[in-house]
Amino acid sequence: MEEFYKLSIKEKLKGLTESTFSSLELTESYLQRIKKVDKKINSFITVLEDKAIESARESDKRYKEGSALPLDGIPIAHKDIFCTEGVLTTCGSKMLSNFVSPYSSTVVENFSANGSVVLGKTNMDEFAMGSSNETSYFGEVNNPWRGNYVPGGSSGGSAACVSAGLAAGATATDTGGSIRQPAALCGLTGIKPTYGRVSRYGMIAFASSLDQGGVLTKSAEDAAYMLKAMSGHDPKDSTSLNVDVPDFVEEITEDIKGLKIGLPKQFFSMDLPDYVEKSINESIKTFEKLGVQVEDVDLPHIDLSLPIYYVIAPAECSANLSRYDGVKFGYRCEDPRDLDDLYMRTREEGFGAEVKRRILIGTYALSAGYYDAYYLKAQKCRRLVADDFSNAFKSVDFILSPTAPDTAFSLGDKTSDPVEMYKQDIFTIPANLAGLPGISFPCGEHQGLPLGVQLVADNLNESKLLRMAHYFQLNTDWHEAWPEIK
Amino acid sequence: MSNWEAVIGLEVHVQLATKSKIFSGASTLFGSPPNTQACNIDLGMPGVLPVLNKEVLKMAIKFGLAINASINSPTQFARKNYFYPDLPKGYQISQLDSPIVEGGFLQIEIEGERPKKIGITRAHLEEDAGKSLHENFENHSGIDLNRAGTPLLEIVSEPELSTSEEAVSYLKKIHSIIRHLEISDGNMAEGSMRCDANVSVRKKGSDELGTRTETKNVNSFRFVEKAINHEIKRQIKILESGEKITQETRLYDSQLDETRSMRSKEFANDYRYFPEPDLLPVVLDKKFIESVKNEMPELSEDKKNRLITEYKLSDYDAEVLSVDPNLSKYFEEVVINSSNPKLAANWVMGDLSAFLNKDNLSILDTRVDATNLGTLLARIEDSTISGKIAKEVFEEMWLSQKGPDQIIEEKGLKQVTDSSEIEKVIDKVLEKNSSQLEQYKSGKEKLFGFFVGQVMKESKGKANPEQVNKLLKDKLKE
Repeated sequence: MEEFYKLSIKEKLKGLTESTFSSLELTESYLQRIKKVDKKINSFITVLEDKAIESARESDKRYKEGSALPLDGIPIAHKDIFCTEGVLTTCGSKMLSNFVSPYSSTVVENFSANGSVVLGKTNMDEFAMGSSNETSYFGEVNNPWRGNYVPGGSSGGSAACVSAGLAAGATATDTGGSIRQPAALCGLTGIKPTYGRVSRYGMIAFASSLDQGGVLTKSAEDAAYMLKAMSGHDPKDSTSLNVDVPDFVEEITEDIKGLKIGLPKQFFSMDLPDYVEKSINESIKTFEKLGVQVEDVDLPHIDLSLPIYYVIAPAECSANLSRYDGVKFGYRCEDPRDLDDLYMRTREEGFGAEVKRRILIGTYALSAGYYDAYYLKAQKCRRLVADDFSNAFKSVDFILSPTAPDTAFSLGDKTSDPVEMYKQDIFTIPANLAGLPGISFPCGEHQGLPLGVQLVADNLNESKLLRMAHYFQLNTDWHEAWPEIK
Repeated sequence: MSNWEAVIGLEVHVQLATKSKIFSGASTLFGSPPNTQACNIDLGMPGVLPVLNKEVLKMAIKFGLAINASINSPTQFARKNYFYPDLPKGYQISQLDSPIVEGGFLQIEIEGERPKKIGITRAHLEEDAGKSLHENFENHSGIDLNRAGTPLLEIVSEPELSTSEEAVSYLKKIHSIIRHLEISDGNMAEGSMRCDANVSVRKKGSDELGTRTETKNVNSFRFVEKAINHEIKRQIKILESGEKITQETRLYDSQLDETRSMRSKEFANDYRYFPEPDLLPVVLDKKFIESVKNEMPELSEDKKNRLITEYKLSDYDAEVLSVDPNLSKYFEEVVINSSNPKLAANWVMGDLSAFLNKDNLSILDTRVDATNLGTLLARIEDSTISGKIAKEVFEEMWLSQKGPDQIIEEKGLKQVTDSSEIEKVIDKVLEKNSSQLEQYKSGKEKLFGFFVGQVMKESKGKANPEQVNKLLKDKLKE
């Protein structure tokens, strides 16, 4: 079937269970589509054709034996930040352009234990640092909705591949908005769960206290299937939460009537394009029609989020990226003269400009004499932002805002101005600082480019977020649109 | 020298005797082929995360309680950042703020001086690095990461030590504590206990501290003493010539018996410590600390006091025996069979220790077990043999590993206590040495000892010496 990719995960599972089609057919149709389309998109760094076909065959066998797993035979893609045993795992960097991981991340193992077929590893901003996928060593990714436009980042490859129908869903990570912002720019549903919901073991670290794995899918329902497979306590990650994982799929149909949305006045006093405001106002109206209440809330410290983030994230990254020194794995410069030369040239040649910029910022922020003024102060302010949210959640269930300040922009538009680029994440960063779950889903378009709306909920309330997005999607059709790839 | 005084502080790194590493499940066994005991976590592979080994918390808490320190809760890990090939992640997981142990002390004793209290600022947990191998690699260095991730407890003293002798005494005390607590084997040759010495000198009576140097990685008591002495002399010489001490890190060369500069302060690392985001602060509740306390063996200080009150041992004997938990255990087993603790202490510290030293054995490998030594001493006490014969029996026990009674029996070493038997020997001796007898009788009473010796010789040492004395005196009066 030419249009397998348009089926939801639920429909795919039904088709597989009822033997309407096999996982092999499904997988081959995706692989063919990747061959046909991805030249224009560049969403994959590695396509795992043979492995995918092999696991599709195993899935089909399990269906025949009646021992099918929850996501058996569903072809997905992993962001190339998740270590996969025996597979190139680059993190979008020259530094790891030759790194074949000796082990698999917990996320990869969880999907494999659920029977998913892995089509490949997706493109991303180098070490997840970027909002446009332009920092990747493996080339920029085109937004399927318009060529030469960015898909967002850092999970740009995952977003573009799902948006272009090259995978049923994709894993992604979100440190400051890297799932939600590309979801908005590519017309997808993207959820970043509560910090600790998804194991970080084997997920290559950018900023450890902010990084969280999640998913990019066409719909909230698809996201519920993926997130269910992905989540859970992991003894290998000390920051993993030891709590039960709700059945997101089952709970998604529960009523949303009577839930309350808070509109932070700080966000709504910002100067945003008319079409962004309009789409947000219409989303609010849709929710009101569904019986959701709306009120204003105050997040007095929210405007500190961006500066806090750009101290803490670089500080943590400066240490996390020290291991890339040319000694044990990854890129190594040619013929180092001595140890210092090995370190300096390996890191000079192996890292791209944005990564180096953040390592420098972080190293500075942690240096003797500056630590108190930057890192320590940022940590204290981070607490204030988290407290703002806790206070707000005493009276409302969600904080609603645009996901990104605008639609996708053209390639190269913001590369010369890092601060402009950093502003892409102004609405998404606060949830990372507070460790809260957030979701973005399509709520409109402008000149053919998608717009997204974001909801943030209190800790461990992913189920509520998925429900809100699901009901919204039952009453709108923004999420059903497919781009015409030129 | 007399115008100057030294101020010394020690940083002691103790390898904790856990089966697996501090943040991974890999084994900590010493001496395996390079890089066979380093898992993905120890290698710092992309994406790996540390998980704290609970056992190290217990060990650190035991140490903290033993030195009267407070246990911080929550205790926090931090990243210490620096680049070195044997440091796989480019940072070491250590502790800065809220170390697990803070503010303790111990007491050192130097013969002829009053005991001195030495403050312990802190003891914190951290992971060890790997090893760089500079031999056998032409133009290259090898890296062995087996040791990477081995748990260390870094114990930092206050700068309250004044001489190398005090420093060694402090180190020996730490060594004794960690072995008593069974938290480390304390094997200095294998690097289980390593010491950095911070040394400065100042004019006697001055309140200000001089510029200090840090001498790294000294790995025996003797070298610590020598390195500190060398450093004190070197610094005094510099100061007396009117120059200044450079704050720097130095290395002790045991072959040349000197310290030399490794790096000066300008090249010192800025470690950029910050809280380790991969590990949450560890809460140690009172119940947990209490349960650890209940697991603790008797500490050497308590043991020493008990040996003094229970066995009426001298302060010195109790000190020597309590330093090594295995030695004091052996002593107490000897006393079960022998009713004379003082005699038992003398034998354990004297003959037994001498034989152990001669064969280079530890008390755990002794060739005469405590029960047999106790029986031997009981034979002295019940006058079956003399102390002198006992030494002979002991040697035979050591060599043949037979029991004392069997040896006494086989060799016919049983002491002669029958007066008529002894009198016969005395008569024989006096008859043989008639000229000496005459001299004695004419007033040369010093010859009494000569007669005793001859009687003992004639009886092959078996005659009971006290009886010999008494009977001989009676005879000579005749």
